[in-house]
Order: sequence, then C-alpha cells, then structure tokens
Amino acid sequence: MSHSVLGKVVMRQLLLAYRRPAAVLNPLFFYGVVVLLMPLGLGPKQAVLSEFAPGLLWITALLAALLSAEIVFRSDYDDGGLEQLVVSGDSMYLASLGYVIAHWCLTGLPLALVSPVFAQLLSLPAQGLPALVISLTLGTLILSAFGCLGTSLTVALRRGGMLLSLLLLPLEVPVLILGSGIVTRAVNGMPIEALISILAGLALLAIALTPLAIGASIKISLEV
Amino acid sequence: MAWAWFHRLGSSPWIYRFSGSLLGYLLPLAMTLVVVGSIWGLAFSPPDFRQGNSYRIIYIHVPVSVVSLAGYYVMAIAGAVSLIWRLKVADMMMRVAAPIGAALTFLALLTGAVWGKPTWGTYWVWDARITSMVVLLFLYLGVYALYEAYDNKALASKACAILSLVGTVNIPIIYKSVDWWYSLHQPASIKFTGGSTIDPSMLYPLLLMIFSVYLLYACLLLMGLRLTLLETEAKTAWARKEVMGAQ
Amino acid sequence: MSELHWQVGRGELWQIKGDNGAGKTSLLRAIVGLAGQSIEGHLSVISEFLFLGHKTGVKSDFTALENLRFQLGSTNDHDPSSLLDALGQVGLADYSDEFAYQMSAGQQRRIALARLFLSEQPLWLLDEPLTAIDVDGVGLIESLIAQQVRRGGTVIYTSHQPLKVELSTRTLHLRGRGLSPYVS
Repeated sequence: MSHSVLGKVVMRQLLLAYRRPAAVLNPLFFYGVVVLLMPLGLGPKQAVLSEFAPGLLWITALLAALLSAEIVFRSDYDDGGLEQLVVSGDSMYLASLGYVIAHWCLTGLPLALVSPVFAQLLSLPAQGLPALVISLTLGTLILSAFGCLGTSLTVALRRGGMLLSLLLLPLEVPVLILGSGIVTRAVNGMPIEALISILAGLALLAIALTPLAIGASIKISLEV
Repeated sequence: MAWAWFHRLGSSPWIYRFSGSLLGYLLPLAMTLVVVGSIWGLAFSPPDFRQGNSYRIIYIHVPVSVVSLAGYYVMAIAGAVSLIWRLKVADMMMRVAAPIGAALTFLALLTGAVWGKPTWGTYWVWDARITSMVVLLFLYLGVYALYEAYDNKALASKACAILSLVGTVNIPIIYKSVDWWYSLHQPASIKFTGGSTIDPSMLYPLLLMIFSVYLLYACLLLMGLRLTLLETEAKTAWARKEVMGAQ
Repeated sequence: MSELHWQVGRGELWQIKGDNGAGKTSLLRAIVGLAGQSIEGHLSVISEFLFLGHKTGVKSDFTALENLRFQLGSTNDHDPSSLLDALGQVGLADYSDEFAYQMSAGQQRRIALARLFLSEQPLWLLDEPLTAIDVDGVGLIESLIAQQVRRGGTVIYTSHQPLKVELSTRTLHLRGRGLSPYVS
C-alpha cells in the first residue's frame, strides 16, 4: 500500500513529462547553449578548452539543474494537487522521494547520457568520458534531491527563483568539487574508484534524508 | 525541576528580565576581555618569525572565524528546538543568530583580506579555510533571505529551521570537500596558519580572544533576543512597562 | 477569527456560511490540517475524510481517466472499471479518454467530483462545491451529498448560498474579523 505512493508519484511525473516533453528537453537545450558560450568566451584553442572542460561541464550541469528544479512542484501547487497529497495522509516521505527520483530520471539521467556529446564539443580527452557519465549520473541525483528541497521551500513565494539559486548553490558545492575532481583525475590517468564510492555514498545520503525535509517544507508552503 | 525551567522559557517577561540580569554580568566581562585580549595580541605579543607584525590580525581573524562557524550550529540547534518543542524563545534565538553569524563571517573574511595584503601582496587568496568561509557566508545569507521572503513569520521560522538543519548536515561535507579541492589544485604552499606548533606567548592571547569573542557573541545574542521580544510583544503590558518605565 | 467552539457529530450535515474573507476556506483548511502554524487551540478529527478543495487538482495534460487514476492522495488503488463507473456517474463516461484541456471548466470540475464516488470516507469536507458547476451538476452534487448523509456519513461544506438538500442542515455562520461565529 505504501509502496504504491512512491510508484504512483514516479509514474505520474513520467507520464506528465511524456505529454509535455519540453520539461525534459529545455534543460538539455539550455546545456547546449551554455556549452556553445564556452569557446566563444574562452577562445577556440583546444588546449584551453580541454583543460577547463571538466569544470565547465560540471558547472553547467549545476546551472541546468537549478533551472529545472524551479518547476518541480509548481503545477501541483497551483492546481491543488499538492494539497490533496498532504491531506490524504499518504506518506509524504515516499511521495517526496518519488518526486526526486522522477526529477532525476527526467533531467539528470538524460543529461549524463548525452554528456559525451557536449564533452566532445569542449575537447574533453577520451579518458574522461566514462568518469563524466558516472559522476554526472550520481551527482545529478544529489542535485535533484537538493533541487526538490529548495523548490519545496520557495514554491509559495513570489519571485522565488533568485532565492532558489542562493539556497541551492552553497549546498551543491561538494557535488561540484567531487564531480569535476573525478573527471579531472580520470583525464590525468589517476584512480577514481574511491571518489566514486564517496559520491555514491553522498547520493544515497541525499535521497535518504532530503525527503524528510521536503515533506515538511511542502506542508509549510501550503500554509502560506 | 526541569519543568519549572521549561515553563519559564515560555514566559517572555521572565526571559527578558533573566537575560537582562545575565547581560549585566556578561557584557562588561566580555567587553573587558575582548579589549584586553586585543591589546595583548595586537600590541604585546611577539612578532612572528616569518610574517613579522602583519600576522597580528589573526588575533581577530581566528576567533571571529571560529565563532562564526559555531554560530551556524547555534542557529540550527535553536531552529531544531523551536521545531520540536515549539518554544518561541528558540525561534527568536534562531532569527537573531542569523544576521549576527553572517556579520561575523563577513568580518572574518574582511580580516582575512587585511592579513592577505601585507603578507602575500593580494587581498584575496582562495585557500581552503577562506573558501569554506565564503560558502558559510552564503549559507547564512540564504537563511536570512528565506526568512525575509516569507510574509508569515511563524512559517518563515519553520522554513529557516529546516534550511539550517540541512545546512548543518552539509557543513562538514562542505568543509571536507573544500579541503580536498584545495589539495587537488595546490599552488605554491601558502598556508594561513604559521608553523605546526605555536608558541605559548602567541597561543594564550589567541585562546583568550577566542573565549572572549564567544562571550561577546552570547551577549549579542541576548541583546538581540531582548530586542526581538520587545518588538514582537510590543502591545503587551509588560513590554510597555519595560520601555517606558514603571508608571 | 476569534474563538470558535464547534462540535460536529456523525451523520450531520453542516454548511459553513459567511461573506468573502470571513474565513470559510481557512477554517476548512485548518480542519484538514493545512494550517498548523496559524491556529491555536485544540482540534481533533476522529475520522478519515475526503477533502475537495477550491482548486480541482485536475491535470490538463491527462485524460479524465488518467486524472482519476493518478490523482494525488487517493489512498486506494482502484481498478479501471470502478474509475470508469465513477466517471459515468458524473456524466463523463464518453469523455474518459479525452484530455482535460479539451474539456470545459465545468467538466473538469466533474472529474474532481468523481472522486466522491470512489471514496468510502465517512466524512466529506467540501470547499465551495458549486464553483464552476453547470446547472445539471448542481443537482448531481446535491443528490450526492444527500446520499452520503443518508448512509450515515457526515458532510461539511462551505458555500455562499445553501444547497437544496432535503435534509436538516445546520449552519455555522462566520462573521469575520474579531466577531465570534454562531450556530443555527
């Protein structure tokens, strides 16, 4: 019975995204546009781009995650669905977890899978590619968790967008450091297994703990 | 016995009077110690082997950094207490701790810049501790901004309590990862602390300053608490009496 | 509002009445648990309940059937046939595979109402149930409520004007800021 809340929320979000694919495509387009800006801003020299590529690819992932986080609860808040969720007595923990996982499936995971394309545009050496995909897969899970948390706190506020960035970016510093560090080390031929386990551990911690805070924050936002 | 205290913590006039009498002792003590410590460190402690006299700013920089980090935990714990036990005084403590902590963090960064210029010729160096402190500053600013964004202040406090708790869990992770980040990109070894052992003649004034800044922080917290109490209960009889004197 | 002492027994039908801004919606939301920070005092709800709020919770990108199936907060998993039944009861049997954005506001409201047919909850809390409802719908709601009460259930609804339900309705009048409510 409680299993079905998690499953239902995930299926629901996936179906909604299927009906309106813009939610999935927009972050990817955004990512592409920003990657385009990099050589325009830094110059086309491959040596320069490939040196900065790990950091650039990861910073852009953070920014894309920020944009996509804003809309997670927006429509359910506006049309009263979120109210129903809270009132019904279903587990807010599982529902929040469902939102996080669905968000990751729709934003982080596609990004991780498409990232080799962007990596090529920025001349990331080939040794870095598997590390990029793995670190993005795990790291975006954390970004989704925090993103849902931030947006659950700000969904009821006017002009919550800027505030969302201020809240999320400091919390996402470790993910950025670890993620880009993993890719950099892989490019330099150094071992990354330990770091990946740390990232995986952080990801598990994030998805285990954030739903608690997300549930509480949704209730607060509904009272505004 | 414990319940008596619990009850008192719910009574605003009692808190106001109690903190007032506490401040009567603590504030002069804190101010004296801060002045003594500062003079001792800034004027009387021996010059450093490598950095000469410019290092003296650490007598302000280090205590302020330490307390600013501790202050975040104070804020988060106050928030947690407010969430669990619904104590209004814990609520107010949290609210008050946010700007004080942010100001301390900013002061720490400022004194860090003051240290940097004569020592390394630059106002800013991205070393591990300074970087962590910038992140801490933004964590504080986030709590403050979230509080201001909510119109309903009771809800604002709950939201901020949640955010501070999330920040609390994150802070060790942030500090560790920034440390690691720094070692990854290690430039020529610039370290903010001097050698690994510190001479007692430098250590004692430092410890004294740390202790006295903690005390000063506690006093600022109490003063802010009293002010907030008066503000939020401006319409009650006891508040009027305190402000305008017994009539 | 100032003090409110109110007790509702099983099988009763209540209307919460008052002008705009008197707090009807707020009171209902407080009862269902959406206002924990803003109320002081003791509130106990000794029942499972169904809450239909002001907003429908209907997703325009879903079909009518999908809306019922993926409705957030419906605690039971219903099989498709009972979902279709419910749609039939609100007159939307032919629209089960239509997207909600293709329907009128009244029809979208009916999708939300279909939940009343799926619920086994003894207590219903309805906030302005007649909003955006067309003429046929009004009769439907009134008969639904009557049915629920006759079954021994309890219904509390907010509205400007009373519904024409042929059962004794008690009214809680909210008079707005600073004035205490009264019962009739």
